[in-house]
Amino acid sequence: MPELRDLYQEVILEHSKAPRNYKALEAANHRAEGYNPLCGDRFTVYLEMDGDKIREIGFQGAGCAISKASASMMTQSVKGRTKAEAEKIFEQFHELVTGHSHDHEAELGKLAVFSGVSEFPMRVKCATLAWHTLEAALEGKQEKISTE
Amino acid sequence: MTAAAAVPIRETSAKKPSFDVEGIREDFPILRTKVHGHPLVYLDNAATSQKPQAVIDALVRYYEGQNANIHRGVHYLSQIATEAFEEARETVRAFVNAAQTSEIIFTRGTTEALNLVAQSYGRTNVSAGDEVLISTMEHHSNIVPWQLLCEEKGAKLRVAPINDEGELLLEEYEKLLSPRTKVVGIAHVSNALGTINPLREMIALAHAKGIPVVVDGAQAVPHLKVDVQDLDADFYAFSGHKMYGPTGIGVLYGKHALLDAMPPYQGGGDMISSVTFEKTTYNKLPHKFEAGTPDMAGVAGLKAAIGYMNGIGIERIAAHEHELLEYATEVMGALPGVRLIGTAREKAGVLSFVLDEVHPHDIGTILDQEGIAVRTGHHCAQPVMERFCIPATARASFAVYNTKAEVDALARGIRKVREVFA
Repeated sequence: MPELRDLYQEVILEHSKAPRNYKALEAANHRAEGYNPLCGDRFTVYLEMDGDKIREIGFQGAGCAISKASASMMTQSVKGRTKAEAEKIFEQFHELVTGHSHDHEAELGKLAVFSGVSEFPMRVKCATLAWHTLEAALEGKQEKISTE
Repeated sequence: MTAAAAVPIRETSAKKPSFDVEGIREDFPILRTKVHGHPLVYLDNAATSQKPQAVIDALVRYYEGQNANIHRGVHYLSQIATEAFEEARETVRAFVNAAQTSEIIFTRGTTEALNLVAQSYGRTNVSAGDEVLISTMEHHSNIVPWQLLCEEKGAKLRVAPINDEGELLLEEYEKLLSPRTKVVGIAHVSNALGTINPLREMIALAHAKGIPVVVDGAQAVPHLKVDVQDLDADFYAFSGHKMYGPTGIGVLYGKHALLDAMPPYQGGGDMISSVTFEKTTYNKLPHKFEAGTPDMAGVAGLKAAIGYMNGIGIERIAAHEHELLEYATEVMGALPGVRLIGTAREKAGVLSFVLDEVHPHDIGTILDQEGIAVRTGHHCAQPVMERFCIPATARASFAVYNTKAEVDALARGIRKVREVFA
């Protein structure tokens, strides 16, 4: 039986209450809006790209504890990384939260606290919304992206 | 088994039967389910209700002994299937007190019934520059069909506002009934807020200006005695699955004169009298609106569901649920951090709420771990969420088999949510 504490780990609760990089970036040269129409969660991700590198990242929006903490920790993990590195982290993160592979937990570092999400399939979209939005921002897409 | 045999009312005295909720619970096999090691506390009845054994048996009985296509064959099974189908139509007629069975059209559910009216009545009677009036508290299924119609016709969708309690502003509604208004669409009971609208008054106001009213009764029929003639509703739509019946079956009631003047919604078998490549003549009511093979098993199940509700008595179901809702409002309203959304004076079945700092999705997941099923999200009523400036709510909704002990379990669950997020 899945345990609640596996999902709502202290780190996740703490980030949901005090999200990092929770700001709009005035100088953003990439941005995207992500929306989950099933629950109404909505985030905007702002990027200041320096060539291929994420120099600065911020996000704003409304969502559940999982989606907000995931967005917050995502900003920390991809800041200073290249587009390709960020995409690789998302790939590994996605495998982790969908339960397909726990092989990369060590590489994912702090993001490994989201491993409990795989026991709660209804919440995978919460954990990945900000990441999908980041992906869209990196691609330079301006349109709103949706989990559906 | 007859409907009477399923009536779970124990006589405590010759005159005053008590309401035996434990007996009622025994009629619903799914209520024995354990969820994450806890007894299931099913409080998502506004989404769909559970089914009593009598309804499940009716489905089995249909397939075991009656199945044949209706209105076609001359053989034995086709004849009894047809008779059973038309008997069910009479059961539905009596249930909502329609004047005649020809006014009862079987659909897939409320959504299809509302689309039928928008597409058939709407496309015939709404033109460019006309208006369709609905309210802020409508479910998406009573918004989008009208939007599609308005887009196609160049008509305008007008919206009657609600107050902070979730009650319709009757004066504003009356002002919005203009010479251009061609049809009004209104929920009898709001699925997100539980508000019971003053339908009779609203319909009378519309009729005074010659405007027909289409009622979304999906959340009303399971909880209230509905009399379409007393309401003077022009159209009234509801679903079987929210009133202890099977999924995939619903009803559109429409006044005979209106339905008769309307063009068919879908073409196909059963809705015609004769077909040639030059000209097709349509069948008479209600068959004109029932193209194709209908959900015959669903109709049998719906009949059983009505029998089950009648066996207990709609008034007694309503009284039990009202008591539960009052109790839940008191218990939940007293919990720290809880804000109730939808506090209308007249309510049925629904308790929507938000909790300080905790998103409804997180509430839903934590309650689920305690075996408690509530709905979290926008409840297909995004304009309601916008009106209250919230992204979503958690919603507990009640049925005849719910108990005060389950309300207490919900309250304990909410305390647990607060502990997790403390």
